[in-house]
Amino acid sequence: MSERSTLFDFTLGLGDDALIAAQRLGEWTSRAPEMEEDIALANIALDQLGAARLLLTYAGELEGAGRNEDDLAYLRGDREFRNRLLVELPNGDFAVTMAKLFFLAAYQLPLYTALAGCADERLAAIGAKARKESAYHLDHASLWVKRLGDGTEESHRRMQAAVDQVWPYVHELFTADPAAPVDPATLRADFDAHVSAVLAEATLTRPADGWTPGGGRAGVHTEHLSYLLAEMQVLHRAHPGARW
Amino acid sequence: MTTPREAVAAVVDPEIRVVTIDELGILRSVDEDPATGRLVVTITPTYTGCPAMDVIRTDIRRALAAAGHPDAEIRTVYTPAWSTDWISASGRAKLAAAGIAPPAPVRTGSVVPLTLAVRCPRCGSPETEQVSRFGSTACKALWRCRSCSEPFDHLKAL
Repeated sequence: MSERSTLFDFTLGLGDDALIAAQRLGEWTSRAPEMEEDIALANIALDQLGAARLLLTYAGELEGAGRNEDDLAYLRGDREFRNRLLVELPNGDFAVTMAKLFFLAAYQLPLYTALAGCADERLAAIGAKARKESAYHLDHASLWVKRLGDGTEESHRRMQAAVDQVWPYVHELFTADPAAPVDPATLRADFDAHVSAVLAEATLTRPADGWTPGGGRAGVHTEHLSYLLAEMQVLHRAHPGARW
Repeated sequence: MTTPREAVAAVVDPEIRVVTIDELGILRSVDEDPATGRLVVTITPTYTGCPAMDVIRTDIRRALAAAGHPDAEIRTVYTPAWSTDWISASGRAKLAAAGIAPPAPVRTGSVVPLTLAVRCPRCGSPETEQVSRFGSTACKALWRCRSCSEPFDHLKAL
């Protein structure tokens, strides 16, 4: 399977990944298992939102139809969102959240690093900025995967279950797109190397590859996305242009 | 008479109010656009999602208006990406005095990776530990001193 995206599609897709990831992580605010983790997840959400704003603003300019970051974030329906399915999955327990963040960061770090060297100046600038933040996200998630995996019997069981549950959704991240500024397929080796090392240290088993759900970049999503959007968009739709 | 550069350089960071945007390296330049003669202020965010950027822009406009330049243009650039190495010596001293441990220099091509101890900004002890790599703002981590037991913020090297 491969894709052929325009620069607009590509930029919008990356922006949507970051935006939806930010919204999901933000759901932990005031609910995380400890104060420090609450702050950490909110900070990572903020980084994702920062990248999303830059990417969506640029996507709007590329499209040339006068849509700004807010129009793209708040005034599209679920079928118009281009994010990968991984980021829209519900948070589940803390282990599922960490598995999702771990896989996302292990993909975003090589992605943004490659983007920093791509021919498109705007994307290169965004990549150079975002990769520094992604390095912290990956570090943080890796520590938790190790701590939970190599922790108690119960934490190990739940971390392994989380990895198994989320694993099918990582494959979509690397769908080949040879014409894109960065072909996601070229990032898989970096991802595999880091993920395998951390899982081994965490005494976790890397799941066998099997089912590979996809469709996010084509606007075909799980049933979870529209609920997320309803919450994210309700204020803006009820009070267009609201500010504070 | 305050120059436009001096007026902008005196704007304090809205989240860390002991240092200016100039000392933090957020302020990149204050120039006149040769074509239009308009004053152009260029700034760069510490983190992409930094929520203080809107306030910083407003504060720059206010400072310039007070100095007699009400119609300056403010440009936000993302490249080169901000680094904690851009924080000035006076900025580092002020951070430390306010109880925020300043960042170590970012490793640039060094052969031997160095991890420098973060000194407690209260008692100066190097016996410190990280509590969380994310802190009260996007640019800070939470640390604790093992000597005096005080928790403190540490500006993360970036």
